[in-house]
Amino acid sequence: MQTISLARPQLLNAIWAMHDVKGFLDDNDIAQLSTLFGVSAVEIEGVVSFYHFFHRKPSGKHTIYLNNSIVSEFSGYEEVKRAFEKETGATIGKVDPTGTFGFYETSCIGLSDQEPAALVDFCPMTELTPQKVKTIVSKLKTGSTPLSICDEPKNNIRYTPGERAFILKDYVPGAALQKLKDLEPMEVIQQIKDAGLMGMGGAFFPTGIKWEGCRKNASNRKFVVCNADEGEPGTFKDRVLLNTMPGLVIEGMALGAYSVGASEGIIYLRAEYRWLKEKIEQTLEDFREKGWLGDHIKAKQPFSFDIRVQLGAGAYVCGEETALLNSLEGKRGEPRTRRYFPIERGYLSKPTLVNNVETFATAARILESGPARMRELGTKDSPGTKLISISGDCAKPGIYEIEWGMHLSELLTLCEANDPYYVQVSGPSGTAVSMKERNRRLCKEDLLCGGSFMVFNKSRDLLQILLNFNNFFKHESCGICTPCRAGNFILNRKLEKLELGLCSLRDLVEIEDWGATIKQNSRCGLGQMSPNSIIDAIHKFPEYFDCRVDKSGSRLSHGFDMERAVREYEEAVEA
Amino acid sequence: MSHPITITIDGKEVQVEDGTLLINAIREAGVDVPSLCYYEHIDPPLGTCRVCTVEVNGRHQASCTTLARNGMSVVVHDDPTLHDTRKAMVEMLFAEGNHFCPACEKSGDCDLQGMGYDLGVQMSRFPHLFVDRIIDYNPKRMVIEHNRCIRCRRCVDEVLTDDGKRVFSFAHRGNDTEVAIDYDQEAKLTEEQAVRAMHICPTGSILVRGKSLARPFGERKYDIDGAHAGGNVPMEKMFAPKVGNGEKKVIATVSLAGCFGCHMSMLDLDMGILDLVDLVEFNKSPLTDIKEFTKRVDIGLIEGGCCNSENVHVLREFRRKCDILVSVGECSIWGGLPAMRNMVPLRECLEEAYLHSFTSENEAAIIPHHEDIPKILDKVYACSEVVDIDYYIPGCPPSANHIWKMVKNILFGAEYSVVYPEFKYD
Ligand SMILES: Cc1cc2nc3c(=O)[nH]c(=O)nc-3n(C[C@H](O)[C@H](O)[C@H](O)COP(=O)(O)O)c2cc1C
Ligand code: SF4
Ligand code: SF4
Ligand code: SF4
Ligand code: FES
Repeated sequence: MQTISLARPQLLNAIWAMHDVKGFLDDNDIAQLSTLFGVSAVEIEGVVSFYHFFHRKPSGKHTIYLNNSIVSEFSGYEEVKRAFEKETGATIGKVDPTGTFGFYETSCIGLSDQEPAALVDFCPMTELTPQKVKTIVSKLKTGSTPLSICDEPKNNIRYTPGERAFILKDYVPGAALQKLKDLEPMEVIQQIKDAGLMGMGGAFFPTGIKWEGCRKNASNRKFVVCNADEGEPGTFKDRVLLNTMPGLVIEGMALGAYSVGASEGIIYLRAEYRWLKEKIEQTLEDFREKGWLGDHIKAKQPFSFDIRVQLGAGAYVCGEETALLNSLEGKRGEPRTRRYFPIERGYLSKPTLVNNVETFATAARILESGPARMRELGTKDSPGTKLISISGDCAKPGIYEIEWGMHLSELLTLCEANDPYYVQVSGPSGTAVSMKERNRRLCKEDLLCGGSFMVFNKSRDLLQILLNFNNFFKHESCGICTPCRAGNFILNRKLEKLELGLCSLRDLVEIEDWGATIKQNSRCGLGQMSPNSIIDAIHKFPEYFDCRVDKSGSRLSHGFDMERAVREYEEAVEA
Repeated sequence: MSHPITITIDGKEVQVEDGTLLINAIREAGVDVPSLCYYEHIDPPLGTCRVCTVEVNGRHQASCTTLARNGMSVVVHDDPTLHDTRKAMVEMLFAEGNHFCPACEKSGDCDLQGMGYDLGVQMSRFPHLFVDRIIDYNPKRMVIEHNRCIRCRRCVDEVLTDDGKRVFSFAHRGNDTEVAIDYDQEAKLTEEQAVRAMHICPTGSILVRGKSLARPFGERKYDIDGAHAGGNVPMEKMFAPKVGNGEKKVIATVSLAGCFGCHMSMLDLDMGILDLVDLVEFNKSPLTDIKEFTKRVDIGLIEGGCCNSENVHVLREFRRKCDILVSVGECSIWGGLPAMRNMVPLRECLEEAYLHSFTSENEAAIIPHHEDIPKILDKVYACSEVVDIDYYIPGCPPSANHIWKMVKNILFGAEYSVVYPEFKYD
């Protein structure tokens, strides 16, 4: 007889609990989990191996994750990596011989405004230099805890439009919740619609319509999920919101729950933000004490709603809402097929409202300030303001609350961009923008921005940027569909060929064609957006590519490099 | 039908039950659409391979994961780029895995291979990735050949033990995604269940020991009898009537990193060769033993890929001297069997072959090298990675019919397309 004692959605937490003990899972742990959850061991292995913060081999007494995003690369990643390797004795991807330090690289950890940054046992260490690394490692060696020596990440709120700020203004706890007193669910939804709120997680779906749809789907159980997975490289606005006003986000979730008729909420927090978990949970506790969360919410009766925090485990794709739902259910974070929307069948197949952190925060502000106020800001199609995370070659990286409609050039001036050449808007999945487009406006009518805004100047190598993005997708693809899994790997080979200077014009055409194939045929947004930056760059920076490809049209040489092809043999026979 | 709705398929209106899977609706309407991962009773469908992609209201969508809705406008064949898209998916799967069909137990019964024939995949437009993958001999009853897995997920969803436990799962992520098998659960499967798993797998990744070569050549799923497919052109008709102005076309052939099998196949024309020499003359070729080009050549037939520096020189010379170059056979097209070494670093191959083999004498063993012998390349290259190739004739080897019909077609512009029974990778 099998004794199944834990429900599947608890799997991630159960793995974390075991993992925290020794930094990895051994075969016994897997067997134990398999018994506890009543599934085969290979199924547990499948989940564990999906998330990159779970290890099956010892990962050191202290586990160090150095961010390998492009902004980090340009801020001294190599030096810092070498310093870590030298000081800890662990080469990247390995544990040092004494088992003290495990040293790994990881995708963007949401600290692009203070790179290079790393997580040591999930405690943030920012603005690293070789000197700082030396100090950190020596302190760890002499017994300091990472918590005692880590940095409190700066919020770096650099700009708000003064009086016209909508999100980043003083937060009065409970102000939005109080408004519920006089409002019916449909009235709340109407306000959200009137304000013209769009989802801030990148897809810009009208929030009011989503809420209304979820409300209409009758069910005995519904859920509200806050997407705090913030994985798009260069984005860190949700981090700052959760760090500065977690209460506002929670209030937004409560409004959502009230509107759609849900009583259970979950904040899916990326593991990279584990250092924020305690603060969020403390805020939840304060809310419960005040009667703003729990069985009978004071502001409105009858209305019960409570929230728990679910920690992710390292997987960019889990920001995609259906992958997130699978992850919440204790599965591999593979996006679902598009048969049902989450508002039809979401978490545990129940209607589920999934919104981004900033969406919930803005929703709370709408109730507080009124939809009319939001309509006074921004543009016709994108009212209100937007939090932009700026990083890269500028004097003032950080958070900018801008009114929708701002010109690119104005934003570049505000952040004191130093001779900008290339801006990547909305992260690697977004759009590559050249300075010919500096007069474009950030808004739905022209160029939307999900939050990431990376500035690069002329000294940066375009191809290094594109390869970094491509490696990111190749690694972060969930691997389930052909075009995204195989296609990005294939593009990677092409970009490497380009880097070696072996491409002809035909290769560029192929990159575009194959990129289009990946875009059109991938199953979820990750694959559909993954070749964007490469395709854009080829179009917008012809001067860069022109001098890097063979234009002779020769039928004799297809980027075959004899010298390179025989090198291995020559070395082998010399030895 | 209790809830009939109307959708258009390639401009034709059809009535289907509301909520039917689009792939079924299309097929019920008598329109062909390929599929690979789709397996009727897996619900919800897996939607992993994207080979069934069609256009729905202007956007590409996998027809196996889409529900038919009233008023949907579906394009399957009207836009030829859709065919190319589906073909690209299959080509990607070939490029991503290591598919050495002539050495594969499933060859002839493999859905991926059959899909390649159906869609007319002569070569993969994508470079083969040659990632080193393992063959897992640990399971009690099965062998898992990771080189051939297309990650369709069928086994994960469909192969369960009697007590409902999964035998397979996906593991890892991104380009490292693979299927993993649970040895304990596998041991619990009955022979019958194991064989079913092998059949569910659309490729030759799941093999059951002692059961994997059940069907003889000629009786396999994709061995369609030539007569039925209406393709076998009688040999004597092949080169008649004479085309052109009577001047003979010039052919050159060469075997690079191949086994001469393709050349053997060329000779398989038997008496037909007499008709052939009426029409063409051979220049540089092992068939004539002419070693150097003596004139400009119309068509060069290349067997084999490039595994050493000499192959590259010869291939480039062919490109210079021939108007048209044709890759004949799998080795020439993408490396073929010699490319089995591409997953292993060259140094390891050389050391294994020359230093650590049974016959190498301890002291004297060296890796051969001399200025007169060609240098071995780091991997076997497809001819198209070195020079422009104009046409591809798949097969290992392609049959004589296939080769000469293609050549005739190319040289004389005769109306001809390769017929199914001749189109093979093995
Ligand atoms: C690959 C991928 C990653 C995503 N990552 C995030 C994320 O980190 N945070 C987020 O809020 N939305 C992310 N999204 C968008 C979500 O799928 C979803 O649209 C969003 O959570 C809905 O909330 P919103 O309407 O409030 O934006 C991602 C989408 C894709 C395709
Ligand atoms: S597009 Fe990429 S991430 Fe999305 S389902 Fe396909 S493989 Fe997974
Ligand atoms: S027969 Fe199928 S599985 Fe086997 S090598 Fe060929 S394509 Fe791959
Ligand atoms: S082993 Fe076979 S059935 Fe399983 S995923 Fe691979 S190809 Fe599909
Ligand atoms: S058959 Fe539809 S995605 Fe594979």
